[in-house]
Amino acid sequence: MLFFSYFKEIVGREVVVELKNDLAIRGTLRSVDQYLNIKLENTRVVDQDKYPHMLSVRNCFIRGSVVRYVQLPPDGVDVELLHDATRREARGG
Amino acid sequence: MSWVGPEDLYLSTSLASYLDRKILVLLRDGRKLLGTLCSFDQFANAVLEGACERVIVGDLYCDIPLGLYVIRGENVVLIGELDSEKEDLPPHMSRVSVAEIRKAQKAEREASDLKGLIRKRMEFLDMD
Repeated sequence: MLFFSYFKEIVGREVVVELKNDLAIRGTLRSVDQYLNIKLENTRVVDQDKYPHMLSVRNCFIRGSVVRYVQLPPDGVDVELLHDATRREARGG
Repeated sequence: MSWVGPEDLYLSTSLASYLDRKILVLLRDGRKLLGTLCSFDQFANAVLEGACERVIVGDLYCDIPLGLYVIRGENVVLIGELDSEKEDLPPHMSRVSVAEIRKAQKAEREASDLKGLIRKRMEFLDMD
C-alpha cells in the first residue's frame, strides 16, 4: 500500500501520466485508489495534434493497469520520508 | 474505485461522477468509443448507451453507431468526460460517411503495410 499512500499524498499536484500506448497526459491529480487507477482534472494531452479526439476531454479516469510512468513535480518526493516508509513496509508494516 | 456515498464521490476514483454523462472510452486496441455511461464496476467494466465508434483517419472522421455496449474492463485504457460546450474535434477535421471512412482506413492500412514491406526488404542495409 506504500505507493497508494504516496499517491494520496500528492493529490492536487500537477503530474504527467504516460500510458503504455505512449499517450502522455498532463493534469492535476484528483484521486487515486488501491489499483493505482488515477483521476485527472484539467487534462492536456502532451502531443495534442496526434490525438485530436482527446481535445474535449477535461477530466478523465485512467485504469491503473495501463500506466507506464507517472512524472511527478520535482519537489514532489521527500526522499527521507520515502526511505523510512519503504523500510517500515519491508519489515512488514 | 469503490462504492462511496455522495459526500466523497467527487474525491474518489469512482466513475459515479460520470454516470449519465457523455464519455469517451479509449480501448487497448486504440479504438475510441463514445456514449453515455449507464453502469460500471470496480474493474472498470462499463455499459455505454447509444455507443458509437469514432474512427479517425488523418483529417477525416466518422461516428459509426453501435447501440448498447458492455465493455470488459481489462480493455479500457482511459475514460474521459466529454465537455458538452466545447467543440470536440479541431475545426480542420471533417466528418465523412461510413463508406468513405472505411475506404480511407483501407488506404491507410495498405500504405503502412507497404512501408513495412519496404523496410523489411531494406533490412540488409542496416540503416539504423
